[in-house]
Amino acid sequence: MEELVFTRPRYLKKTPFHYCPGCGHSIIHRLVAEVIEELGIGDKTIGVPPAGCAVLAYDYFDVDMGEAPHGRGPAVATGIKRILPDRIVFSYQGDGDIAAIGTAETIHAANRGENITVIFVNNSCYGMTGGQMAPTTLLGQNSTTTPGGRDARRDGAPIDLSEILALTQGSVYIERTAVSSLKNIIKTKKAITKAFKAQMAGKGFSLVEILSPCPTNWKMSTIDACRRIDETVVQTFPLKVIKDETE
Amino acid sequence: MDKKQLMRGSQVIGEAAVRAGCRFYAGYPITPQNELPEFMSGAMADLEDGTFIQAESEIAAINMVIGASMAGARAMTSSSSPGISLKQEGISFLAALELPAVIVNVMRGGPGLGNIAPSQGDYFQATRGGGHGDYRSIVLAPAHGQELADFTRDAFEYADRYRTPVMILADGMMGQMMEPVVFPEAVNPSELPPKSWILDGAQERPSRIIRSLILDTVEMEEHNWKLARKYRMISNEIPRAETYMTEDARLVVIAYGTAARIARGGIRRAREMGLKVGLLRPVTLWPFPDRAIREMSRLVKDFMVFEMNTGQMIEDVRLALEGRSNVHFYGRPGGIISTPDEVGKAISSLYYRQHLKEDR
Repeated sequence: MEELVFTRPRYLKKTPFHYCPGCGHSIIHRLVAEVIEELGIGDKTIGVPPAGCAVLAYDYFDVDMGEAPHGRGPAVATGIKRILPDRIVFSYQGDGDIAAIGTAETIHAANRGENITVIFVNNSCYGMTGGQMAPTTLLGQNSTTTPGGRDARRDGAPIDLSEILALTQGSVYIERTAVSSLKNIIKTKKAITKAFKAQMAGKGFSLVEILSPCPTNWKMSTIDACRRIDETVVQTFPLKVIKDETE
Repeated sequence: MDKKQLMRGSQVIGEAAVRAGCRFYAGYPITPQNELPEFMSGAMADLEDGTFIQAESEIAAINMVIGASMAGARAMTSSSSPGISLKQEGISFLAALELPAVIVNVMRGGPGLGNIAPSQGDYFQATRGGGHGDYRSIVLAPAHGQELADFTRDAFEYADRYRTPVMILADGMMGQMMEPVVFPEAVNPSELPPKSWILDGAQERPSRIIRSLILDTVEMEEHNWKLARKYRMISNEIPRAETYMTEDARLVVIAYGTAARIARGGIRRAREMGLKVGLLRPVTLWPFPDRAIREMSRLVKDFMVFEMNTGQMIEDVRLALEGRSNVHFYGRPGGIISTPDEVGKAISSLYYRQHLKEDR
């Protein structure tokens, strides 16, 4: 007797991912789709993809998806949610999208307590454009625009956007996780579930920052990239619940 | 029919927007249009289904409008010249995503911060698209309070009909002036035709995507041609111009908005001197009413374009005429408001210079 133990989540389309081998987006897409299915919100969820590696997210998620200009996800999501307050609205954003060009939109959406969920994928570089320095690039990390490594005096230090967002009155739940190991992937799914539940309960702004490997631009094997997250990236971006006011 | 009300121009736009079924407004403070967001904050609070957001920036405001439009609402933002520059990214996206929205520009002097006096310096930006890419926006040019009310209604109708952004191009004079207005009847948003393309959750239907990224060049070309066909349709259907005393005119002034209103006074003064002068006022700046101008060139050999800038619409007039008539220019940039006397003198000196007084 055969038993089905693993299948494609209901809310992922049957489209092969374009992501590089070892990229964290594929895992994170799957987790978000699983959470949408488990919470039974697939027919009332509207997603807002970013500009960046995940720009084609609308080709994968089988829910309504509306594209935002680079960094403007939280503003577009605000417009959708205010018109349709009983729908579930999430934006999916990379570190450049959310912590550089979209900083203002993100901080103010959080500060207004917009009842939306943000999936913030931090791979510490601009992946799609070829590995330039991101606001989250670690000190000393090589990128195509930080020859010799990121230097705090020349390039500034990595920005702790999630910690900044936690200072706003309107944010209710912010957690930083990773997809570098099975254990971390399970924790990430729990965090995504909690973030969506916060929105379903109308509590306010929720965000999950997910440290994600970029083997292509880090010029590493997938295993080494995951090890780098666990050993190095977490030194700058520690995995933790940064704010939880959902209870 | 409602009774006449005395109201400030900026507020007229707000009241007309609410009556057109606008239920979402996002904006950022900038002079000389602050009365409009202030009005909308109260008007939206009074409505059960109204949303007003004072956004953190012009960019955020236009992107909130994008979201509200995706969700099916009639949505509006407003600003003045420097703020409209910031909104251009969003306007390009609205055009690309084929989303309806209304953008109000209460123009002030520029470039840069310029000043807060009435100007028409943003004609190029408004009619050429302003943002990046191969697109157009419908641009309506009201000249007085009643048209602020009527054209605001038209703007929402056009935006929905053609699924494209529509700009109302006003100026600081119109925004501040109080005039008597009769408003059109209010529309109930729930009675507007349903939109088949909005994002409201895939309930008993396949999921939808609203996107502008089209990496495949052949597909992108087809999207560009699709938009171009739509723009051609708009160009055939909605160009509008108004004429004043043109029947026997030997010289026709072409002006829009506040400049057209001033020009009327100048024309009346010229008429008192026995000069045969009329006015052609483009009401839609894009699509430009070039056919009306071209037809007039059969009888009129001299046109005087009058603008509150250094000469922008004159290019569209020349394109419309294709050398059929002489095109002259009189302009005052920088927020200077010409008097009717001044424009009357400009008209009469041109009239004599071109020997139009002599019998033909």
